[in-house]
Amino acid sequence: MLEIKNLHARIEESGTEILKGIDLVIRPGEVHAIMGPNGSGKSTLASVLAGREGYEVTDGSVTFDRKDLLELEPDERAREGLFLAFQYPVELPGVSMSNFLRQAVNSVRAHRGEDELSSVDFLRTMKEKAAYVQLDPSLKQRSVNEGFSGGEKKRNEIFQMAMLEPRLAILDETDSGLDIDALRIVADGVNRLRSRDRSFLVITHYQRLLNYIVPDFVHVLVGGRIVKSGGRELALHLEEQGYDWIREEAVGA
Amino acid sequence: MTNTDSLKPAERGFVEFWRAADGHVLNGRDPGLAAARRSAIERFAEVGLPPEKSEAWKYTNIRRLVEAWAGTDPVAEGPDPGPVDGLFLVPGDAWRVVMVNGRFDEARSALAGLPSGVTVASIAEGASSRPEVFARSFGATRPEGADGFVALNTAFAQSGLFVHVPRGTQLGRPIEILFLSGSERRGFVQPRVLFVADEGSSARIVENWRSFGEGAVFTNAVSEFLVARDAAVDHVRIVDEHASSVHVHYLQARQLGSSTFSTVSFVFGGGTVRSDAYLLPDAEHCETHLNGFYFARGSAQVDNHTLVDHARPNCESNELYKGILDGQATGVFNGKVLVRQDAQKTNAYQSNKSVVLSETARMFSKPELEIYADDVKCSHGATTGRLDDDAFFYLRARGIPPAKARLLLLQAFSGDVFETVRDEALRERLLARLEALLYA
Repeated sequence: MLEIKNLHARIEESGTEILKGIDLVIRPGEVHAIMGPNGSGKSTLASVLAGREGYEVTDGSVTFDRKDLLELEPDERAREGLFLAFQYPVELPGVSMSNFLRQAVNSVRAHRGEDELSSVDFLRTMKEKAAYVQLDPSLKQRSVNEGFSGGEKKRNEIFQMAMLEPRLAILDETDSGLDIDALRIVADGVNRLRSRDRSFLVITHYQRLLNYIVPDFVHVLVGGRIVKSGGRELALHLEEQGYDWIREEAVGA
Repeated sequence: MTNTDSLKPAERGFVEFWRAADGHVLNGRDPGLAAARRSAIERFAEVGLPPEKSEAWKYTNIRRLVEAWAGTDPVAEGPDPGPVDGLFLVPGDAWRVVMVNGRFDEARSALAGLPSGVTVASIAEGASSRPEVFARSFGATRPEGADGFVALNTAFAQSGLFVHVPRGTQLGRPIEILFLSGSERRGFVQPRVLFVADEGSSARIVENWRSFGEGAVFTNAVSEFLVARDAAVDHVRIVDEHASSVHVHYLQARQLGSSTFSTVSFVFGGGTVRSDAYLLPDAEHCETHLNGFYFARGSAQVDNHTLVDHARPNCESNELYKGILDGQATGVFNGKVLVRQDAQKTNAYQSNKSVVLSETARMFSKPELEIYADDVKCSHGATTGRLDDDAFFYLRARGIPPAKARLLLLQAFSGDVFETVRDEALRERLLARLEALLYA
């Protein structure tokens, strides 16, 4: 589904290279976790995959369902089925949740050759999916993320994911700033969306989230490279030992 | 009468046209109106057009624009506009008035069922049929006088429109005034509206300014509002004219005690659109709302000049102007809130926000507060910026194409000004127009 080969990327403005050769293959239905210390390039990877401006890919390739992902505009990527749950969801004063989601869902549906949802169906779907993450249905009149608490913003990301039904979802530090209850709600929402043909790339600093969203694979990103990959036991190991032993191992290798 | 030899060519041209037309075309049957015109042309000869580089006209070289219309007959009737039915903006029940090049077109207007005592007529007719109303109202909205354009309008206004809502009368439907300006080659038109809402009355007025024909038209318009004690007037003004037009408009409103005056303007189209709003809450406990939205692209220029003159205690004013500039357009906002010494307990708020979409569009914003009273609550502010990159990316990351994402953000930005239009059906029409302009 997603194949990243030797991906190098730098920050356009400063020229600083952040990703220094990433290789990763994600197959349908798999959940991959990427862990790593601050500054290792985790969020840059998410940004490059989603197509955020400000980064330049200097080498390597990314294919998504056999398409060259890097050639696509951010909105085309989303319509192809890529979803990024933002680490810092953006507030959009004056844009109502219902208008925002209607535009988003209909853009994606049109791309898939599906008809627009009727108002009734749309509202019913909204209500149903909001319940996945225990969001108050009255949110449809509110402006996107405006006045939302930190936890509500993160739940709102998962809610949007549920509405858009992506093929691949990237969760960029979705656990950051969440208390344990909110974390559970978010994880339950994600687990509900797991399916045979939907994949996840879960980016996190702490393994705590992975107690709830159990990954098939764990990768450790250090200095812009994946230095170690393994099963979920690797995450537990990191929790106990920290990142230093991996850094040493990477230097030694 | 002033010797015209000392005048500059632009001013001299108008004075000479006025002399040629004096007595027959302009005055109707009313001696009071004739006297007002005579003193207006004298005042115009004295103050003239705004000088180049005057502070009030810093960014709009209006003299050069007037000179481009030199020799254009300011009393010519102009061509027939043809059918007008599709041009009205207020859906459903409304009284409709058509003004063609500043002249009240009774045949095209639809005024059946107006409550008794309400007058909607030409100014000349109103002056003779309601002389006491005319005498206390015409030219009474700005005691300190405006610049030469208002005097020029008074001297030349063609028939104009006189609306009088008597004491205690509530107009259940809006009055939409469709102002059509057009010419075959060049036109210079000076529409005039005098609106008088007597004690305890209420009314909704929509001014809808449109162009017709191939020629370029210079409009110098004045709309005067007198809002008496306990009256409430809601005014919406839409300017959607051809890119070749120049539109200079003076809104002057004087409010008496405990009255409410709400006005919002929408500039969607025009070459140069200069709007000068002067609001005078002239008694205690007045409520004043002054809002505006402007969109300009190409080489258009939108210049908003406002003055809220708080002369009395215990009044409140709210002012919000927002605009979007694209292409090589220029926007100007110069808004002043003046709180005079007697105006204690004034609450006055003013804000101007603009979004600039291109590298070449420009916005000049100058909010001003001038306060001479010590017990007041006032604030003002202005921001000009680009579309928020993070917000834009967020929308695109949800699959929304860039043109649509931009539209959503611009609609969200402009929304609160459109919200001030209370008539929901009209608001929907205006939002649709905005969408058509932004999402082409």
